[in-house]
Amino acid sequence: MRSGFKPLLGAVCAFPLSGCIGWQSALSPHGAQSGSLLRLIWLFVVVCAVVWILVIVVLAVALFRRRPIGNEPPLLEPSRESRLNGIIAAATVMTVLVIGTLTLVSFVATRGLDSADENVLTLRMRGFQWWWEITYLDASRPDRIFLSPNEIHVPVGRPVRVRLSADDVIHSFWVPSLAGKKDLIPGRDNAITFTATRPGVYRGQCAEFCGLQHAHMAFLVIAETPQSFEAWRRSQIAEAASPSNDEEKRGQSVFTVKACAACHTVRGTSASGSLGPDLTHVASRRYIASGLLETTRGSLAAWIADPQTLKPGSNMPSVPLSSDELRDVSAYMASLK
Amino acid sequence: MSTSDIAPDARDTALQEKALAERLASLWATPRGILGALSTVDHKIIGRRYIVTAFIFLLLGGVLALAIRIQLARPENRFLGADIYNQVFTVHGSNMMFLFAVPVMEAFGVYLVPLMVGTRNIAFPRLNAFSYWIYLAGGITLWAALALDMGPDIGWFAYVPLSGPQFGAGKRADIWAQMITFTELSALAVAVEIVVTVFKQRAPGMSLDRIPLFVWSMLVTSFLIIMAMPAIMVASTTLILDRLVGTHFYNPAEGGDVLLWQHLFWFFGHPEVYIIFLPAVGMVSSIVTTFARRPIVGYLPLVLALFATGILAFGLWVHHMFVVGLPRVGESFFTASSMAIAVPNGIQIFCWLATLWDGRPQFRTPLLFVVAFIITFVIGGLTGVMVASVPLDTQVHDTYFVVAHFHYVLIGGAVFPLLGAVYYWYPKIVGRMMNERLGRWVVALLFVGFNLTFFPMHILGLIGMPRRVYTYGPEMHWGGLNLFVSLSAVILAVGFVLFFYDAIRSAFSGEIAPENPWGAPTLEWATSSPPPSCNFERIPVVSGSYPLWEEPHALSVATGLRINRRELLVTSISDASPQARESSPRNSIWPFLAAIASTVMLLSSIFSPWAVVWGSVPIAVTLIMWFWPKGTPEDIS
Amino acid sequence: MRHRAVLDVSDLPMHGLEAASPTWWGTFGFMLLEGTGFALVIAIYLYLLSLAPQWPIGAQPPRLGPGTILTVILVISIVPNYWILKWARERDLRKVRVGIVVMSLLGIAPIIPRAFEFPALGISWDSNAYGSILWTMLGLHTTHIVTDVADTLVLAALMFTRHGDNPRRFGDVQDNALYWNFVVLTWLPLYICIYWLPRL
Repeated sequence: MRSGFKPLLGAVCAFPLSGCIGWQSALSPHGAQSGSLLRLIWLFVVVCAVVWILVIVVLAVALFRRRPIGNEPPLLEPSRESRLNGIIAAATVMTVLVIGTLTLVSFVATRGLDSADENVLTLRMRGFQWWWEITYLDASRPDRIFLSPNEIHVPVGRPVRVRLSADDVIHSFWVPSLAGKKDLIPGRDNAITFTATRPGVYRGQCAEFCGLQHAHMAFLVIAETPQSFEAWRRSQIAEAASPSNDEEKRGQSVFTVKACAACHTVRGTSASGSLGPDLTHVASRRYIASGLLETTRGSLAAWIADPQTLKPGSNMPSVPLSSDELRDVSAYMASLK
Repeated sequence: MSTSDIAPDARDTALQEKALAERLASLWATPRGILGALSTVDHKIIGRRYIVTAFIFLLLGGVLALAIRIQLARPENRFLGADIYNQVFTVHGSNMMFLFAVPVMEAFGVYLVPLMVGTRNIAFPRLNAFSYWIYLAGGITLWAALALDMGPDIGWFAYVPLSGPQFGAGKRADIWAQMITFTELSALAVAVEIVVTVFKQRAPGMSLDRIPLFVWSMLVTSFLIIMAMPAIMVASTTLILDRLVGTHFYNPAEGGDVLLWQHLFWFFGHPEVYIIFLPAVGMVSSIVTTFARRPIVGYLPLVLALFATGILAFGLWVHHMFVVGLPRVGESFFTASSMAIAVPNGIQIFCWLATLWDGRPQFRTPLLFVVAFIITFVIGGLTGVMVASVPLDTQVHDTYFVVAHFHYVLIGGAVFPLLGAVYYWYPKIVGRMMNERLGRWVVALLFVGFNLTFFPMHILGLIGMPRRVYTYGPEMHWGGLNLFVSLSAVILAVGFVLFFYDAIRSAFSGEIAPENPWGAPTLEWATSSPPPSCNFERIPVVSGSYPLWEEPHALSVATGLRINRRELLVTSISDASPQARESSPRNSIWPFLAAIASTVMLLSSIFSPWAVVWGSVPIAVTLIMWFWPKGTPEDIS
Repeated sequence: MRHRAVLDVSDLPMHGLEAASPTWWGTFGFMLLEGTGFALVIAIYLYLLSLAPQWPIGAQPPRLGPGTILTVILVISIVPNYWILKWARERDLRKVRVGIVVMSLLGIAPIIPRAFEFPALGISWDSNAYGSILWTMLGLHTTHIVTDVADTLVLAALMFTRHGDNPRRFGDVQDNALYWNFVVLTWLPLYICIYWLPRL
């Protein structure tokens, strides 16, 4: 049963690169919503545990209490039956009270979950088989709108509202350390609100079975100070870094000439495909392929070389590249901070 | 004695006990040979087939469960690929729900209800035969598809659009949907049979307040089936139409709706849980009564609890949809109703505890299973209260917490009582006792193995592990608990293997069972073990709820039935006063042929909608032959 | 176990009718089951209607003619159906033979306007969800008419054979007539949904 019951442990490791106990756990809340949900969970657990122990004690006594010897089915005495029925009635009344209380507590907890706030940061999230497209919206400044696939950055303390939709099948948004879950449903719009209360890296994962690679559909939520968040936002709005050496230059031309550009966008280049994730700042993100691999030059090369072995069924095809081309294009990708 | 020796209107009073037994045995017999086997309408033979088939599906589904556990034992394991894994968990779930749990409960109903109400065969015995063949065809369809790598890979819930025409490639989803048609057809047929058997064929004197609790539970279950299963039939049919002829029920771009599927599926899917659980409740009541050596405490509350559960079961389907974003008023209503169902379930637990408390418990294997049931099921019930809370459910929905929860309810709540029921009724069905010493080992291994396997899953869910993932990374730190779970599953598997070993071995070398080995009070124990083909040489007459305890030395019976045709008594609904000496149909090959014709039509319709048209012709022919009178004495009136 | 005879049932009839007949109850069981199916299909219709911005989607309301003619035929057929129930109870073979022929004809008659109903819907099943549910409702009800007519025809044939004069057959006629009432009754809400709700 390990560290599941030690929610505090998760808070210790703030910026893990290879994961951390509690970065995806309802028992390690780092947000306002998940915190109140955990209190609710513990309340239910305690009440249920008490009820269970009572039942087991009664069962044990019922089975093992001393009783007169005999084997024949007894004759029924009406007074005895009515006493037993009375006890059953009393236990039923107790059940109704416990259940009624838990129902009320549950209602109250629901009301507290999404609070309307002026200062809310709104994102749009679309689920695809099998990755997440996140759009940072800005109603007044269209030039400040940008995409951040599979990685959400949020300022600590500010409520975040994520508008959820799906274009292919149903997916479900779930970052247990921050909030409960909500489905992304084709043809319907949903939204979920959460507020991160502590800086940290939190993992989310699709929670509705969505086909072959449902297991590999993760994303990160990175909660940081408002200053670092603004810095990150500025860097993301910027166009892609220009290649700084020949290798990267060759990589850029491979990227734009070969099939890559048909599906991916790198802002500032001619690559403007929209079927796959926006790669303008791919190397700034901690993982590629929806949480499958940590972003390194090597993993980028491996992924480009053979996506169908790493994530069978993924929409990313294996593009035939020479080993030189592969080296160049992965160097270019790794330069897109 | 041949038929010619008997006057056409001869009654059972004309013969001595032994001659009567011989006469009835030949009248109700199933002939030897393959034709006899395919033509039989004996509810005991069909019920036995149902039980054996369902347990074979349990075994197969268990093998899939072990494959799942091997795959998940280590992070990034490569034992099963994503595609195979998705087929495996889909078939595991669909198999356990549609081919094991519901059929096995109905199978016990098919076998036991006629015996417990003191009649000679189930109502509509040919329909009963038909239902078994259809069920078998559905089961073979699903497993053959898996063997051919065409197994459904869309989950047992088959959510659209993943199962729809655009994303569900190939015939996999069609196989799933048609398997539903097969199993629901058979379940619906059995449900109607059981309702009519309980309504009209109870032994004279078995008024409503004397019906055994297992029979009550099967009656309520049958009504649940009749009201709930049409929903999944409608759902699977519309899915096939979307896939095959281009309708748009589930296409949001053309006015359809994705959530419509979920409403239809769970309007069936939640009652489904009670369709599995309520018969188990009836089994527990039977076992508790017999082994506490005492009439059940709270007969009326128990019956009312069955009805309350049955009614509430239709009011809580939305608790499977708490994260789809429905209006809050609706969610609150369904939280309240989902919580409320804990009350009738609580009442049942209290009644059993009171009975055990006031009785003199005899610790035989069936009772040990009941004890294991109470300990585990109460946990499943309480986690059920947790998932009924909308906010709490947003954290645990679609995680291993829910996997743990429903296995506690389905294995703890239904399979433990079921295995207890096997140990309890095995001597009646087979004529031999199962091994008591092995039985204790089975209980212990299953109880320990089950809890070690499934309890940690609660924690896995809370620390973030979603359901239906074929693998997970080492960075998730789920590896340790998953390995523990997988190793524990071995204990559980050993328990099941030992159970199967005991069940098979006892059939050949178990101790010969007397008529009533446990000193039980209900009518199925008033006939030999196994019962003769006519069940009772004379139909019992009942004057209390526990006939064999109230009159331990002689069975009150009715006389005056004919012995030249299969005859049983039809009685009134409320007080079971005799109304007619009705005939019961003879063996017939036509139900089998009708099932073949239906199978051809249903399977062909996966490939061409016109199969529904030409495929109906042979079905119509077989049905007409089935019902056309053959001029036997059964047709006289 | 030793037997003690306490009840003599030799004077009971050899076949029960109506509430004393298992098939009568079985018929009700199947009506309940299929009625649930009809109710669900109507629920789907109303559900889709509640979601749609306008109803019907992309079509005019269905033309009233054929559906209304069919409704009139079905409602009229209730009268001879009531008679045949009465004659079957009286075990009047001659009248039942007449009645079953009438009912066969009245069963086949609605199939003719039904054939015109599908085109009168003014939309195909694969145009949109509105078309899909309309065709499904009509299709489901048509299978019920067809199966009951088939049953009636077989029974009509049976009534003219040596098996006809048998209380058991009169029970079959009653069950069949009950089922026809069910087919008529389930049509009425479908008729309102298909033809009149889009006109509101």
